Amino acid sequence: MSFYREYLKYKDFEFNKFLENITSADIFRIINKDKIDEYDFLALLSNEAEKHLEEVAQKAHKLTIQNFGKTILLYTPLYLSNFCINRCSYCGFNIENKIKRKKLTLKEIEEEAKVISSTGLRHILILTGESRKETPVSYIIDAVKILKKYFDSISIEIYPLKEDEYIEVIKAGVDGLTIYQEVYDENIYDKVHIAGPKKNYRFRLDAPERACKARMRSVNIGALLGLNDWRKEAFMTGLHAKYLQDKYSDVEISVSLPRIRPHIGVYEDIYPVSDKNLVQIMLSLRLFLPRVGITISTRENQKLRDNLIPLGVTKMSAGVSTEVGGHSSKTKSDSQFEISDKRSVKEMKEAILSKGYQPVFKDWMQIDY
Amino acid sequence: MDKLIIGGIELESRLFIGTGKFPSKKVIPDVIKSSKSQVITMALRRVDLNSKEENILEYIPKDCILLPNTSGARNAEEAVRIARLAKALGCGNWIKIEVISDNKYLLPDNYETIKATEILAKEGFIVLPYMSPDLIAAKRLVEAGAAAVMPLGAPIGTNRGLKTKELIQIMIDEIDLPVIVDAGIGKPSDAAEAMEMGAAAVLVNTAIATAGDPVKMAEAFRLAVEAGRLAYTSKLGPEKRFAEASSPLTGFLNEGEK
Repeated sequence: MSFYREYLKYKDFEFNKFLENITSADIFRIINKDKIDEYDFLALLSNEAEKHLEEVAQKAHKLTIQNFGKTILLYTPLYLSNFCINRCSYCGFNIENKIKRKKLTLKEIEEEAKVISSTGLRHILILTGESRKETPVSYIIDAVKILKKYFDSISIEIYPLKEDEYIEVIKAGVDGLTIYQEVYDENIYDKVHIAGPKKNYRFRLDAPERACKARMRSVNIGALLGLNDWRKEAFMTGLHAKYLQDKYSDVEISVSLPRIRPHIGVYEDIYPVSDKNLVQIMLSLRLFLPRVGITISTRENQKLRDNLIPLGVTKMSAGVSTEVGGHSSKTKSDSQFEISDKRSVKEMKEAILSKGYQPVFKDWMQIDY
Repeated sequence: MDKLIIGGIELESRLFIGTGKFPSKKVIPDVIKSSKSQVITMALRRVDLNSKEENILEYIPKDCILLPNTSGARNAEEAVRIARLAKALGCGNWIKIEVISDNKYLLPDNYETIKATEILAKEGFIVLPYMSPDLIAAKRLVEAGAAAVMPLGAPIGTNRGLKTKELIQIMIDEIDLPVIVDAGIGKPSDAAEAMEMGAAAVLVNTAIATAGDPVKMAEAFRLAVEAGRLAYTSKLGPEKRFAEASSPLTGFLNEGEK
């Protein structure tokens, strides 16, 4: 069994016909329900629902406070390496891009860790490009062993692993996985992943499930919004999260909503996703999956991020650099994408507090020793 | 109010409060003050000893009893590890066992909870297990050495009130340990209701933390808990379905034979 079977169920579904038939009455009926199904979720992504965003927002706000309180967990990404053998049309790390490549040595990792942890952050997300030669699993494990000294929660956003490899990294101290399908539409997936191991749609699609089987504590999925019609992608993301939540109830499932940002390289075939669209996705997800975590990164600008706080976000990055060595090194690499909200951890903390929310720095601890 | 004794300690207050979900940690000392609560629970996973400002323990008055909970534990083994860490970090020997392997409804795993209780009670912990209200599981927890049992009124954070009332009442009637209603209590009247039923105490977090004014809400809960307890100890009058003005059907039996 795989989420692929769920995906196939909707392959020929007439999304547009369904969405066009949604009425205001449908939306109000859905808002007033205690529990909504996948068709209700899809209805919330319709044009008609966009007219009632405030009403949906009220419900989403209530559900979020009830389930998560007025709290926002803070974390930051740590780029270990940007070597990559994939040719993905939307990514700055694309092997064809003539950019400055860098991989941190273990000593440099420790330097970065020191600088980041001095800001008070306790949760870290480590990232690499896809290169089993430059950044093999053993390198990830060595990095985790160092980072454990400085952080209470370590998540990885690296190439998809096999189940036994997930078990290995968990044993080393990893408790979270972030992996985006990028685009659920198989045809577009094939088109934008021009070459490299990432071309394997199924291996990536099943990666979150392999991590759940390996007893990863938290798993974060997402679609890179802009590669396809956002309504379909948001719908599949929600279904994927529900599939994992239902099947692996002991894993904390969360969803990221990344929109494509400018980067080095060329990709122009972008489906626009407005701020309004982004908000609609977030609210719909909250109503569909009240306990799912929702992450918003610094791809989004300061003003929008601040306004998103009461709408369902549970996790935000702060003090971000998408360059390898960006926190401490003089010789940093080029970035994966341009960040938009450049605020420091301290500034983010103040911003969250001023919204009447509590910034949470620590919500996990290593217990496996 | 009559005192509650748990683990050999006499408590004046029968309202336990949680520290999660508050808009700011700074409000917690005032909440504790207005609630007059003496037992404060916090997730050990959130305790950050590296930062004075972020460390929740800094916001809890020293004369309160810390009740660290094992939130995040998915089985008995993890709960036991977290409990030992709590003790090592100086949080005392009270522990609220929370074993949850269901992130959708956050319902506790009674079986793993019993296992963890047995291990930790033997190690000298004062164990307060959070559980789904089930009489047999509660009996097992008594045997395992629990100091109290904490059945849920409704799933955590739902504010839905005493949905499991009948099952909790059976536990109160049959279990010799204090029964503390934990989770689901959404408003002071729910807390009063639990106390009127004979619950030894209630634990409240979400309803206070997410209130418009958490400090005032904490006071409201304190008053409700006191009122409920007072009502329980003064023995509520029996409930009757019908008015009792006379006995139209059986009155003749009292008239005596003529």
